[in-house]
Amino acid sequence: MKKSSRRFFGSIVGATVGLPFLSLVLWSFAERWFYPALWPQAWGLRAWRYITSTAGFQVMTAIGHSVVVAAVTAAIAVVIAVPAGRALGQYDFKGKDLVSVLLTLPIIVPPLCVAMGLHLWFIRLGLAETYAGVIGVHLTFCLPYAIFVLWGVFANYNPDFEDQARSLGASRAVVMARVMLPMILPGISVAALFAFLLSWSQYLSTLIIGGGRVTTLPVLLFALMGSGDRPVAAAVSLVFVAPAFIALLFSARHLGNRSLAGVR
Amino acid sequence: MTSPLTTGADARTRKGPGGVALSLALLPALAVVLILFGGGFALGIVQALGYLPGAGLGEWSLAHFARVLSDPDFLHSFLLTLYIAGASTVIAAGISIPAALGLASLSKRSRVIHFIFQMPLTVPHLVIAIAVMFMLAPAGLLSRAATGAGWIASPADFPLLINDAWGIGIILTYVWKEIPFITLMLLAVLRHTGRDLLDVGRTLKADAWQRFRYITLPIIFPALGAASLIVFAYTFGAFEVPFLLGQTYPMTLPVWAYKHYSDIDLMARPEGIATGIVIALVVMAAVILAQVLTKAARKRGLIA
Repeated sequence: MKKSSRRFFGSIVGATVGLPFLSLVLWSFAERWFYPALWPQAWGLRAWRYITSTAGFQVMTAIGHSVVVAAVTAAIAVVIAVPAGRALGQYDFKGKDLVSVLLTLPIIVPPLCVAMGLHLWFIRLGLAETYAGVIGVHLTFCLPYAIFVLWGVFANYNPDFEDQARSLGASRAVVMARVMLPMILPGISVAALFAFLLSWSQYLSTLIIGGGRVTTLPVLLFALMGSGDRPVAAAVSLVFVAPAFIALLFSARHLGNRSLAGVR
Repeated sequence: MTSPLTTGADARTRKGPGGVALSLALLPALAVVLILFGGGFALGIVQALGYLPGAGLGEWSLAHFARVLSDPDFLHSFLLTLYIAGASTVIAAGISIPAALGLASLSKRSRVIHFIFQMPLTVPHLVIAIAVMFMLAPAGLLSRAATGAGWIASPADFPLLINDAWGIGIILTYVWKEIPFITLMLLAVLRHTGRDLLDVGRTLKADAWQRFRYITLPIIFPALGAASLIVFAYTFGAFEVPFLLGQTYPMTLPVWAYKHYSDIDLMARPEGIATGIVIALVVMAAVILAQVLTKAARKRGLIA
Protein backbone atom coordinates (compact mmCIF):
# COMPACT_ATOMS: atom_id res chain seq x y z
CA MET A 1 0.00 0.00 0.00
CA LYS A 2 1.27 3.49 -0.88
CA LYS A 3 1.97 5.96 1.88
CA SER A 4 -0.90 8.27 0.95
CA SER A 5 -3.47 5.49 0.78
CA ARG A 6 -2.11 4.07 4.01
CA ARG A 7 -2.69 7.46 5.66
CA PHE A 8 -6.23 7.54 4.24
CA PHE A 9 -7.03 4.00 5.40
CA GLY A 10 -5.51 4.70 8.82
CA SER A 11 -7.45 7.91 9.36
CA ILE A 12 -10.76 6.30 8.42
CA VAL A 13 -10.09 3.44 10.85
CA GLY A 14 -8.95 5.88 13.56
CA ALA A 15 -11.95 8.20 13.19
CA THR A 16 -14.50 5.38 13.08
CA VAL A 17 -13.07 3.68 16.13
CA GLY A 18 -12.24 6.87 18.03
CA LEU A 19 -15.42 8.90 17.65
CA PRO A 20 -17.60 6.87 20.04
CA PHE A 21 -14.92 7.05 22.73
CA LEU A 22 -14.52 10.78 22.18
CA SER A 23 -18.23 11.27 22.81
CA LEU A 24 -18.02 9.22 26.01
CA VAL A 25 -15.00 11.17 27.25
CA LEU A 26 -16.65 14.53 26.45
CA TRP A 27 -19.84 13.57 28.24
CA SER A 28 -18.00 12.28 31.30
CA PHE A 29 -16.25 15.66 31.77
CA ALA A 30 -19.20 17.83 30.75
CA GLU A 31 -20.59 19.95 33.57
CA ARG A 32 -22.96 21.93 31.39
CA TRP A 33 -23.64 21.04 27.76
CA PHE A 34 -26.83 22.48 26.31
CA TYR A 35 -28.21 21.77 22.91
CA PRO A 36 -26.71 23.40 19.97
CA ALA A 37 -23.21 23.57 21.51
CA LEU A 38 -20.87 21.08 19.89
CA TRP A 39 -18.51 21.39 22.84
CA PRO A 40 -19.43 21.37 26.57
CA GLN A 41 -19.97 24.88 27.95
CA ALA A 42 -18.45 23.99 31.29
CA TRP A 43 -16.03 21.21 32.10
CA GLY A 44 -15.76 19.49 35.43
CA LEU A 45 -15.19 16.36 37.42
CA ARG A 46 -18.69 16.05 38.85
CA ALA A 47 -19.40 12.68 37.21
CA TRP A 48 -16.02 11.24 38.14
CA ARG A 49 -16.34 12.57 41.70
CA TYR A 50 -19.81 11.06 41.91
CA ILE A 51 -18.72 7.57 40.90
CA THR A 52 -15.67 7.66 43.19
CA SER A 53 -17.30 9.17 46.29
CA THR A 54 -21.12 9.24 46.50
CA ALA A 55 -21.61 6.10 44.45
CA GLY A 56 -18.06 4.93 45.07
CA PHE A 57 -19.09 1.92 47.13
CA GLN A 58 -21.63 0.80 44.55
CA VAL A 59 -19.15 1.14 41.69
CA MET A 60 -16.35 -0.62 43.60
CA THR A 61 -18.73 -3.45 44.51
CA ALA A 62 -19.76 -3.79 40.87
CA ILE A 63 -16.13 -3.86 39.74
CA GLY A 64 -15.42 -6.48 42.40
CA HIS A 65 -18.35 -8.65 41.30
CA SER A 66 -17.34 -8.35 37.64
CA VAL A 67 -13.68 -9.16 38.31
CA VAL A 68 -14.46 -12.20 40.48
CA VAL A 69 -17.00 -13.63 38.04
CA ALA A 70 -14.87 -13.04 34.92
CA ALA A 71 -11.58 -14.18 36.48
CA VAL A 72 -12.99 -17.38 37.99
CA THR A 73 -14.90 -18.16 34.78
CA ALA A 74 -11.74 -17.66 32.72
CA ALA A 75 -9.63 -19.77 35.10
CA ILE A 76 -12.08 -22.70 35.12
CA ALA A 77 -12.54 -22.44 31.35
CA VAL A 78 -8.79 -22.63 30.68
CA VAL A 79 -8.18 -25.52 33.09
CA ILE A 80 -10.92 -27.56 31.39
CA ALA A 81 -10.05 -26.38 27.88
CA VAL A 82 -6.35 -27.40 27.90
CA PRO A 83 -6.88 -31.18 28.00
CA ALA A 84 -9.92 -30.93 25.72
CA GLY A 85 -8.07 -28.72 23.23
CA ARG A 86 -5.14 -31.11 23.26
CA ALA A 87 -7.35 -34.14 22.61
CA LEU A 88 -9.12 -32.34 19.74
CA GLY A 89 -6.06 -30.71 18.21
CA GLN A 90 -3.67 -33.64 18.38
CA TYR A 91 -5.75 -36.70 17.71
CA ASP A 92 -8.32 -38.09 15.33
CA PHE A 93 -11.01 -40.13 16.98
CA LYS A 94 -14.50 -41.45 16.47
CA GLY A 95 -17.13 -38.88 17.34
CA LYS A 96 -14.87 -35.88 16.89
CA ASP A 97 -17.43 -34.25 14.60
CA LEU A 98 -20.12 -34.77 17.20
CA VAL A 99 -17.94 -33.15 19.87
CA SER A 100 -17.34 -30.26 17.49
CA VAL A 101 -21.08 -29.76 16.98
CA LEU A 102 -21.71 -30.00 20.73
CA LEU A 103 -19.12 -27.29 21.33
CA THR A 104 -20.46 -25.08 18.53
CA LEU A 105 -24.04 -25.10 19.83
CA PRO A 106 -23.37 -22.96 22.94
CA ILE A 107 -21.64 -20.42 20.69
CA ILE A 108 -24.64 -19.95 18.42
CA VAL A 109 -27.51 -20.45 20.88
CA PRO A 110 -28.09 -17.15 22.71
CA PRO A 111 -27.19 -17.22 26.43
CA LEU A 112 -30.58 -15.68 27.22
CA CYS A 113 -32.25 -18.95 26.25
CA VAL A 114 -29.96 -21.08 28.43
CA ALA A 115 -30.19 -18.68 31.37
CA MET A 116 -33.99 -18.74 31.31
CA GLY A 117 -33.96 -22.53 31.26
CA LEU A 118 -31.41 -22.85 34.06
CA HIS A 119 -33.02 -20.27 36.34
CA LEU A 120 -35.65 -22.44 37.99
CA TRP A 121 -33.22 -25.34 38.41
CA PHE A 122 -30.62 -23.02 39.94
CA ILE A 123 -33.21 -21.64 42.37
CA ARG A 124 -33.85 -25.23 43.53
CA LEU A 125 -30.13 -25.89 43.92
CA GLY A 126 -29.60 -22.62 45.77
CA LEU A 127 -27.35 -21.38 42.95
CA ALA A 128 -29.56 -18.46 41.91
CA GLU A 129 -28.26 -15.08 43.04
CA THR A 130 -24.82 -16.55 43.79
CA TYR A 131 -21.39 -16.21 42.21
CA ALA A 132 -21.39 -19.95 41.48
CA GLY A 133 -24.64 -19.74 39.54
CA VAL A 134 -23.54 -16.78 37.43
CA ILE A 135 -20.15 -18.39 36.75
CA GLY A 136 -21.95 -21.59 35.79
CA VAL A 137 -24.07 -19.89 33.14
CA HIS A 138 -21.10 -17.85 31.83
CA LEU A 139 -19.08 -21.06 31.50
CA THR A 140 -21.59 -22.47 29.02
CA PHE A 141 -20.38 -20.09 26.29
CA CYS A 142 -16.91 -19.06 27.59
CA LEU A 143 -15.68 -22.66 27.75
CA PRO A 144 -16.40 -23.56 24.09
CA TYR A 145 -14.57 -20.42 22.94
CA ALA A 146 -11.56 -21.30 25.11
CA ILE A 147 -11.59 -24.85 23.73
CA PHE A 148 -11.68 -23.64 20.12
CA VAL A 149 -8.69 -21.38 20.78
CA LEU A 150 -6.68 -24.21 22.34
CA TRP A 151 -7.83 -26.65 19.65
CA GLY A 152 -6.18 -24.34 17.13
CA VAL A 153 -3.09 -24.06 19.32
CA PHE A 154 -2.71 -27.83 19.72
CA ALA A 155 -3.35 -28.42 16.01
CA ASN A 156 -0.03 -26.65 15.40
CA TYR A 157 1.75 -28.14 18.39
CA ASN A 158 4.63 -30.53 17.90
CA PRO A 159 4.63 -33.21 20.62
CA ASP A 160 8.04 -34.55 19.56
CA PHE A 161 9.63 -32.18 22.07
CA GLU A 162 7.77 -34.02 24.81
CA ASP A 163 9.13 -37.37 23.62
CA GLN A 164 12.65 -35.96 23.69
CA ALA A 165 12.19 -34.67 27.24
CA ARG A 166 10.76 -38.05 28.26
CA SER A 167 13.71 -39.91 26.75
CA LEU A 168 16.00 -37.64 28.76
CA GLY A 169 14.29 -38.88 31.90
CA ALA A 170 11.77 -36.14 32.64
CA SER A 171 8.65 -37.26 34.45
CA ARG A 172 5.16 -36.65 33.04
CA ALA A 173 4.57 -33.74 35.43
CA VAL A 174 7.90 -32.15 34.53
CA VAL A 175 7.15 -32.53 30.80
CA MET A 176 3.81 -30.80 31.26
CA ALA A 177 5.20 -27.96 33.34
CA ARG A 178 8.52 -27.37 31.57
CA VAL A 179 7.80 -28.38 27.95
CA MET A 180 4.10 -28.17 27.11
CA LEU A 181 3.13 -25.21 29.28
CA PRO A 182 5.79 -22.78 28.04
CA MET A 183 5.02 -23.73 24.44
CA ILE A 184 1.28 -23.13 24.68
CA LEU A 185 1.43 -20.19 27.08
CA PRO A 186 0.51 -17.57 24.43
CA GLY A 187 -2.48 -19.71 23.46
CA ILE A 188 -3.51 -20.06 27.09
CA SER A 189 -3.31 -16.27 27.50
CA VAL A 190 -5.53 -15.71 24.48
CA ALA A 191 -8.06 -18.31 25.66
CA ALA A 192 -8.14 -16.77 29.13
CA LEU A 193 -8.50 -13.29 27.63
CA PHE A 194 -11.44 -14.40 25.43
CA ALA A 195 -13.22 -16.04 28.32
CA PHE A 196 -12.57 -13.06 30.62
CA LEU A 197 -13.87 -10.50 28.11
CA LEU A 198 -16.91 -12.59 27.17
CA SER A 199 -17.90 -12.94 30.79
CA TRP A 200 -17.00 -9.29 31.53
CA SER A 201 -19.42 -7.91 28.94
CA GLN A 202 -22.29 -10.30 29.66
CA TYR A 203 -25.48 -8.62 30.85
CA LEU A 204 -28.75 -10.53 30.51
CA SER A 205 -27.65 -13.97 31.69
CA THR A 206 -26.02 -12.34 34.73
CA LEU A 207 -29.23 -10.46 35.47
CA ILE A 208 -31.43 -13.55 35.13
CA ILE A 209 -29.28 -15.88 37.25
CA GLY A 210 -27.68 -13.28 39.53
CA GLY A 211 -30.93 -11.45 40.23
CA GLY A 212 -30.37 -8.26 42.15
CA ARG A 213 -27.50 -9.79 44.10
CA VAL A 214 -24.59 -10.25 41.71
CA THR A 215 -24.57 -6.67 40.44
CA THR A 216 -21.75 -6.69 37.93
CA LEU A 217 -20.70 -3.51 36.09
CA PRO A 218 -23.09 -3.98 33.13
CA VAL A 219 -26.00 -4.49 35.54
CA LEU A 220 -25.07 -1.26 37.34
CA LEU A 221 -24.59 0.55 34.04
CA PHE A 222 -28.06 -0.43 32.85
CA ALA A 223 -29.54 0.87 36.09
CA LEU A 224 -27.64 4.15 35.62
CA MET A 225 -28.90 4.49 32.03
CA GLY A 226 -32.40 4.33 33.47
CA SER A 227 -31.66 7.24 35.79
CA GLY A 228 -30.76 9.39 32.78
CA ASP A 229 -27.60 11.00 34.18
CA ARG A 230 -25.51 11.03 31.00
CA PRO A 231 -22.15 12.18 32.40
CA VAL A 232 -22.27 9.47 35.09
CA ALA A 233 -23.28 6.78 32.58
CA ALA A 234 -20.42 7.94 30.34
CA ALA A 235 -17.90 7.77 33.19
CA VAL A 236 -19.02 4.26 34.22
CA SER A 237 -18.89 3.19 30.56
CA LEU A 238 -15.26 4.28 30.43
CA VAL A 239 -14.52 2.33 33.63
CA PHE A 240 -16.24 -0.65 31.98
CA VAL A 241 -13.98 -0.59 28.88
CA ALA A 242 -10.75 0.02 30.82
CA PRO A 243 -9.81 -3.65 31.41
CA ALA A 244 -10.56 -4.38 27.78
CA PHE A 245 -7.95 -1.84 26.71
CA ILE A 246 -5.45 -3.12 29.23
CA ALA A 247 -6.02 -6.62 27.85
CA LEU A 248 -5.55 -5.34 24.31
CA LEU A 249 -2.33 -3.53 25.19
CA PHE A 250 -1.08 -6.68 26.89
CA SER A 251 -1.93 -8.84 23.88
CA ALA A 252 -0.35 -6.38 21.43
CA ARG A 253 2.82 -6.32 23.51
CA HIS A 254 3.19 -10.01 24.23
CA LEU A 255 1.22 -11.94 21.68
CA GLY A 256 1.72 -10.16 18.36
CA ASN A 257 -0.74 -8.73 15.90
CA ARG A 258 -3.31 -11.33 15.02
CA SER A 259 -3.69 -12.75 18.48
CA LEU A 260 -7.26 -11.55 18.92
CA ALA A 261 -8.75 -13.17 15.81
CA GLY A 262 -11.96 -14.82 16.92
CA VAL A 263 -12.63 -12.80 20.08
CA ARG A 264 -16.17 -11.56 20.59
CA MET B 1 -19.89 -29.93 10.34
CA THR B 2 -16.40 -28.72 11.03
CA SER B 3 -15.76 -26.20 13.75
CA PRO B 4 -16.13 -22.66 12.47
CA LEU B 5 -13.28 -21.34 14.58
CA THR B 6 -10.56 -23.68 13.43
CA THR B 7 -11.02 -23.35 9.70
CA GLY B 8 -7.61 -22.89 8.20
CA ALA B 9 -5.87 -24.52 11.14
CA ASP B 10 -3.34 -26.99 9.86
CA ALA B 11 -4.26 -30.01 11.94
CA ARG B 12 -1.43 -32.34 12.80
CA THR B 13 -3.81 -35.08 13.80
CA ARG B 14 -2.62 -38.53 14.61
CA LYS B 15 -3.92 -41.84 15.95
CA GLY B 16 -5.16 -41.54 19.50
CA PRO B 17 -3.41 -42.59 22.70
CA GLY B 18 -6.37 -44.81 23.55
CA GLY B 19 -10.01 -44.11 24.15
CA VAL B 20 -9.80 -43.93 27.92
CA ALA B 21 -7.20 -41.16 28.02
CA LEU B 22 -9.06 -39.16 25.36
CA SER B 23 -12.38 -39.55 27.14
CA LEU B 24 -10.82 -38.38 30.39
CA ALA B 25 -9.37 -35.32 28.64
CA LEU B 26 -12.73 -34.43 27.10
CA LEU B 27 -14.92 -35.42 30.05
CA PRO B 28 -14.89 -32.15 32.04
CA ALA B 29 -15.58 -30.08 28.92
CA LEU B 30 -18.41 -32.34 27.76
CA ALA B 31 -19.83 -32.42 31.28
CA VAL B 32 -20.07 -28.62 31.38
CA VAL B 33 -21.58 -28.42 27.90
CA LEU B 34 -24.03 -31.29 28.38
CA ILE B 35 -25.11 -30.50 31.95
CA LEU B 36 -25.08 -26.70 32.06
CA PHE B 37 -25.77 -25.83 28.42
CA GLY B 38 -27.73 -28.94 27.42
CA GLY B 39 -29.50 -29.04 30.78
CA GLY B 40 -30.43 -25.39 30.58
CA PHE B 41 -31.70 -25.77 27.03
CA ALA B 42 -33.63 -28.97 27.83
CA LEU B 43 -35.17 -27.45 30.97
CA GLY B 44 -36.13 -24.44 28.89
CA ILE B 45 -37.98 -26.70 26.46
CA VAL B 46 -39.63 -28.59 29.31
CA GLN B 47 -40.87 -25.34 30.87
CA ALA B 48 -41.95 -23.96 27.50
CA LEU B 49 -43.97 -27.15 27.03
CA GLY B 50 -45.92 -26.20 30.10
CA TYR B 51 -44.30 -28.34 32.73
CA LEU B 52 -43.52 -25.99 35.59
CA PRO B 53 -43.00 -28.02 38.74
CA GLY B 54 -44.20 -26.28 41.87
CA ALA B 55 -46.34 -23.71 40.09
CA GLY B 56 -49.28 -26.03 39.65
CA LEU B 57 -48.72 -26.28 35.94
CA GLY B 58 -48.22 -29.94 35.26
CA GLU B 59 -49.81 -30.30 31.83
CA TRP B 60 -47.59 -30.99 28.85
CA SER B 61 -48.82 -29.02 25.88
CA LEU B 62 -47.81 -26.88 22.97
CA ALA B 63 -50.10 -24.11 24.19
CA HIS B 64 -47.29 -21.68 25.06
CA PHE B 65 -45.62 -22.10 21.71
CA ALA B 66 -49.01 -21.75 20.02
CA ARG B 67 -49.75 -18.57 21.95
CA VAL B 68 -46.34 -17.10 21.07
CA LEU B 69 -46.55 -18.00 17.39
CA SER B 70 -50.16 -16.87 16.98
CA ASP B 71 -49.58 -13.53 18.70
CA PRO B 72 -50.01 -10.88 15.99
CA ASP B 73 -46.92 -9.09 17.34
CA PHE B 74 -44.77 -12.18 16.89
CA LEU B 75 -44.47 -11.85 13.12
CA HIS B 76 -43.57 -8.16 13.44
CA SER B 77 -40.93 -8.91 16.03
CA PHE B 78 -39.59 -11.85 14.07
CA LEU B 79 -39.27 -9.87 10.84
CA LEU B 80 -37.69 -6.91 12.65
CA THR B 81 -35.14 -9.18 14.32
CA LEU B 82 -34.40 -10.97 11.06
CA TYR B 83 -33.96 -7.62 9.29
CA ILE B 84 -31.64 -6.20 11.95
CA ALA B 85 -29.50 -9.35 12.18
CA GLY B 86 -29.43 -9.79 8.39
CA ALA B 87 -28.59 -6.17 7.60
CA SER B 88 -25.92 -5.98 10.32
CA THR B 89 -24.30 -9.18 9.09
CA VAL B 90 -24.37 -8.28 5.40
CA ILE B 91 -23.06 -4.72 5.93
CA ALA B 92 -20.34 -5.83 8.36
CA ALA B 93 -19.25 -8.66 6.03
CA GLY B 94 -19.31 -6.34 3.01
CA ILE B 95 -17.02 -3.84 4.70
CA SER B 96 -14.81 -6.55 6.19
CA ILE B 97 -13.69 -7.90 2.81
CA PRO B 98 -11.98 -4.68 1.61
CA ALA B 99 -10.84 -3.98 5.18
CA ALA B 100 -9.13 -7.37 5.39
CA LEU B 101 -7.52 -6.90 1.97
CA GLY B 102 -6.35 -3.45 3.06
CA LEU B 103 -4.91 -4.71 6.33
CA ALA B 104 -3.25 -7.64 4.55
CA SER B 105 -1.47 -5.30 2.16
CA LEU B 106 -0.21 -3.13 5.02
CA SER B 107 3.30 -3.81 6.12
CA LYS B 108 3.83 -5.28 9.56
CA ARG B 109 5.20 -1.89 10.57
CA SER B 110 1.71 -0.39 10.63
CA ARG B 111 1.13 -1.74 14.10
CA VAL B 112 -0.82 1.33 15.17
CA ILE B 113 -3.50 0.75 12.54
CA HIS B 114 -3.70 -2.93 13.51
CA PHE B 115 -3.98 -1.98 17.15
CA ILE B 116 -6.72 0.61 16.63
CA PHE B 117 -8.55 -1.80 14.34
CA GLN B 118 -8.69 -4.39 17.13
CA MET B 119 -10.05 -2.02 19.75
CA PRO B 120 -13.78 -2.59 19.07
CA LEU B 121 -13.29 -6.34 19.67
CA THR B 122 -12.77 -5.84 23.36
CA VAL B 123 -15.46 -3.18 23.89
CA PRO B 124 -18.69 -4.52 25.44
CA HIS B 125 -21.76 -4.09 23.22
CA LEU B 126 -23.43 -2.12 25.97
CA VAL B 127 -20.72 0.56 25.99
CA ILE B 128 -20.76 1.13 22.25
CA ALA B 129 -24.57 1.22 22.31
CA ILE B 130 -24.41 4.02 24.89
CA ALA B 131 -21.82 5.89 22.83
CA VAL B 132 -23.97 5.53 19.70
CA MET B 133 -26.92 6.86 21.65
CA PHE B 134 -24.88 9.94 22.69
CA MET B 135 -23.90 10.51 19.07
CA LEU B 136 -27.15 9.82 17.18
CA ALA B 137 -29.85 10.92 19.63
CA PRO B 138 -32.02 13.87 18.51
CA ALA B 139 -29.87 16.16 20.69
CA GLY B 140 -26.69 14.13 20.20
CA LEU B 141 -23.34 15.07 18.74
CA LEU B 142 -24.33 14.55 15.12
CA SER B 143 -27.47 16.65 15.51
CA ARG B 144 -25.43 19.45 17.17
CA ALA B 145 -22.95 19.34 14.31
CA ALA B 146 -25.79 19.56 11.79
CA THR B 147 -27.23 22.56 13.63
CA GLY B 148 -23.81 24.19 13.72
CA ALA B 149 -23.48 23.71 9.98
CA GLY B 150 -26.87 25.33 9.52
CA TRP B 151 -28.55 22.24 8.04
CA ILE B 152 -31.22 21.95 10.72
CA ALA B 153 -32.75 24.42 13.17
CA SER B 154 -33.68 22.23 16.13
CA PRO B 155 -33.43 18.61 17.37
CA ALA B 156 -36.95 18.10 16.00
CA ASP B 157 -35.59 18.46 12.45
CA PHE B 158 -33.00 15.77 12.99
CA PRO B 159 -33.93 12.38 11.48
CA LEU B 160 -34.74 9.71 14.04
CA LEU B 161 -31.68 7.43 14.15
CA ILE B 162 -32.19 5.73 17.49
CA ASN B 163 -35.41 4.13 18.76
CA ASP B 164 -36.40 4.34 15.09
CA ALA B 165 -38.42 2.02 12.88
CA TRP B 166 -35.40 1.01 10.79
CA GLY B 167 -33.14 0.11 13.70
CA ILE B 168 -30.38 2.33 12.32
CA GLY B 169 -28.71 2.89 15.68
CA ILE B 170 -28.81 -0.84 16.43
CA ILE B 171 -27.37 -1.82 13.05
CA LEU B 172 -24.62 0.82 13.26
CA THR B 173 -23.65 -0.45 16.70
CA TYR B 174 -23.44 -4.03 15.46
CA VAL B 175 -21.56 -3.09 12.30
CA TRP B 176 -18.99 -1.08 14.30
CA LYS B 177 -18.53 -3.98 16.71
CA GLU B 178 -18.50 -6.90 14.24
CA ILE B 179 -16.29 -5.56 11.42
CA PRO B 180 -13.04 -6.28 13.28
CA PHE B 181 -14.33 -9.72 14.28
CA ILE B 182 -15.02 -10.76 10.67
CA THR B 183 -11.98 -8.93 9.31
CA LEU B 184 -9.52 -10.63 11.65
CA MET B 185 -10.97 -14.05 10.79
CA LEU B 186 -10.42 -13.25 7.09
CA LEU B 187 -6.98 -11.82 7.76
CA ALA B 188 -5.88 -15.02 9.52
CA VAL B 189 -6.66 -16.91 6.29
CA LEU B 190 -5.24 -14.29 3.92
CA ARG B 191 -1.92 -14.21 5.77
CA HIS B 192 -1.44 -17.96 5.41
CA THR B 193 -2.59 -18.71 1.91
CA GLY B 194 -2.97 -17.20 -1.49
CA ARG B 195 0.19 -15.19 -2.04
CA ASP B 196 1.66 -17.70 -4.51
CA LEU B 197 -1.69 -18.18 -6.23
CA LEU B 198 -2.03 -14.44 -6.74
CA ASP B 199 1.44 -14.40 -8.33
CA VAL B 200 0.40 -17.24 -10.62
CA GLY B 201 -2.74 -15.28 -11.48
CA ARG B 202 -0.67 -12.22 -12.33
CA THR B 203 1.64 -14.31 -14.53
CA LEU B 204 -1.42 -15.61 -16.35
CA LYS B 205 -2.54 -12.00 -16.91
CA ALA B 206 -5.62 -12.16 -14.68
CA ASP B 207 -6.81 -8.63 -13.91
CA ALA B 208 -7.47 -7.37 -10.38
CA TRP B 209 -11.15 -8.32 -10.45
CA GLN B 210 -10.44 -11.83 -11.81
CA ARG B 211 -7.76 -12.37 -9.18
CA PHE B 212 -10.25 -11.32 -6.50
CA ARG B 213 -13.14 -13.35 -7.88
CA TYR B 214 -11.29 -16.58 -8.68
CA ILE B 215 -8.47 -16.61 -6.14
CA THR B 216 -9.10 -14.42 -3.08
CA LEU B 217 -12.84 -14.92 -2.71
CA PRO B 218 -12.74 -18.75 -2.79
CA ILE B 219 -9.90 -18.67 -0.27
CA ILE B 220 -11.68 -16.45 2.23
CA PHE B 221 -15.16 -17.85 1.62
CA PRO B 222 -15.22 -20.53 4.37
CA ALA B 223 -13.94 -18.09 7.00
CA LEU B 224 -16.30 -15.37 5.76
CA GLY B 225 -19.25 -17.74 5.95
CA ALA B 226 -18.37 -19.00 9.42
CA ALA B 227 -17.74 -15.52 10.80
CA SER B 228 -20.95 -14.18 9.25
CA LEU B 229 -22.95 -17.04 10.73
CA ILE B 230 -21.59 -16.32 14.20
CA VAL B 231 -22.41 -12.63 13.78
CA PHE B 232 -25.92 -13.44 12.56
CA ALA B 233 -26.52 -15.83 15.44
CA TYR B 234 -25.28 -13.26 17.93
CA THR B 235 -27.23 -10.30 16.56
CA PHE B 236 -30.39 -12.38 16.25
CA GLY B 237 -30.29 -13.40 19.90
CA ALA B 238 -28.78 -10.38 21.65
CA PHE B 239 -30.68 -8.25 24.11
CA GLU B 240 -28.70 -5.19 25.24
CA VAL B 241 -28.41 -3.19 22.03
CA PRO B 242 -32.04 -3.42 20.81
CA PHE B 243 -33.23 -2.87 24.38
CA LEU B 244 -31.33 0.44 24.59
CA LEU B 245 -31.59 1.64 21.00
CA GLY B 246 -34.75 -0.03 19.72
CA GLN B 247 -38.37 1.07 19.52
CA THR B 248 -40.93 0.21 22.17
CA TYR B 249 -43.02 -1.40 19.42
CA PRO B 250 -42.34 -3.70 17.68
CA MET B 251 -39.59 -5.12 19.89
CA THR B 252 -36.95 -7.55 18.71
CA LEU B 253 -37.57 -11.17 19.73
CA PRO B 254 -34.96 -11.29 22.54
CA VAL B 255 -36.39 -8.11 24.11
CA TRP B 256 -39.89 -9.56 23.74
CA ALA B 257 -38.77 -12.86 25.29
CA TYR B 258 -37.25 -11.15 28.31
CA LYS B 259 -40.26 -8.84 28.73
CA HIS B 260 -42.52 -11.89 29.02
CA TYR B 261 -40.04 -13.74 31.17
CA SER B 262 -39.72 -10.91 33.70
CA ASP B 263 -43.46 -10.15 33.74
CA ILE B 264 -44.98 -9.97 37.22
CA ASP B 265 -47.61 -12.36 35.91
CA LEU B 266 -45.82 -15.69 36.36
CA MET B 267 -48.09 -17.24 33.73
CA ALA B 268 -46.27 -15.17 31.09
CA ARG B 269 -42.94 -16.75 32.05
CA PRO B 270 -43.31 -19.98 30.00
CA GLU B 271 -44.16 -17.80 27.00
CA GLY B 272 -40.93 -15.90 27.48
CA ILE B 273 -39.02 -19.18 27.61
CA ALA B 274 -40.89 -20.47 24.54
CA THR B 275 -39.85 -17.33 22.67
CA GLY B 276 -36.25 -17.96 23.74
CA ILE B 277 -36.49 -21.52 22.36
CA VAL B 278 -37.92 -20.17 19.09
CA ILE B 279 -34.94 -17.78 18.83
CA ALA B 280 -32.54 -20.68 19.37
CA LEU B 281 -34.34 -22.82 16.77
CA VAL B 282 -34.23 -20.03 14.17
CA VAL B 283 -30.51 -19.56 14.73
CA MET B 284 -29.85 -23.29 14.48
CA ALA B 285 -31.98 -23.49 11.34
CA ALA B 286 -29.93 -20.66 9.82
CA VAL B 287 -26.70 -22.52 10.54
CA ILE B 288 -28.02 -25.77 9.06
CA LEU B 289 -29.40 -23.94 6.02
CA ALA B 290 -26.03 -22.29 5.44
CA GLN B 291 -24.33 -25.70 5.60
CA VAL B 292 -26.78 -27.20 3.12
CA LEU B 293 -26.48 -24.25 0.72
CA THR B 294 -22.70 -24.37 0.89
CA LYS B 295 -22.71 -28.06 0.11
CA ALA B 296 -25.11 -27.60 -2.82
CA ALA B 297 -23.08 -24.70 -4.20
CA ARG B 298 -19.91 -26.76 -3.90
CA LYS B 299 -21.53 -29.66 -5.75
CA ARG B 300 -22.46 -27.38 -8.64
CA GLY B 301 -18.98 -25.92 -8.70
CA LEU B 302 -20.15 -22.42 -7.81
CA ILE B 303 -17.58 -22.22 -5.02
CA ALA B 304 -14.37 -24.08 -4.33
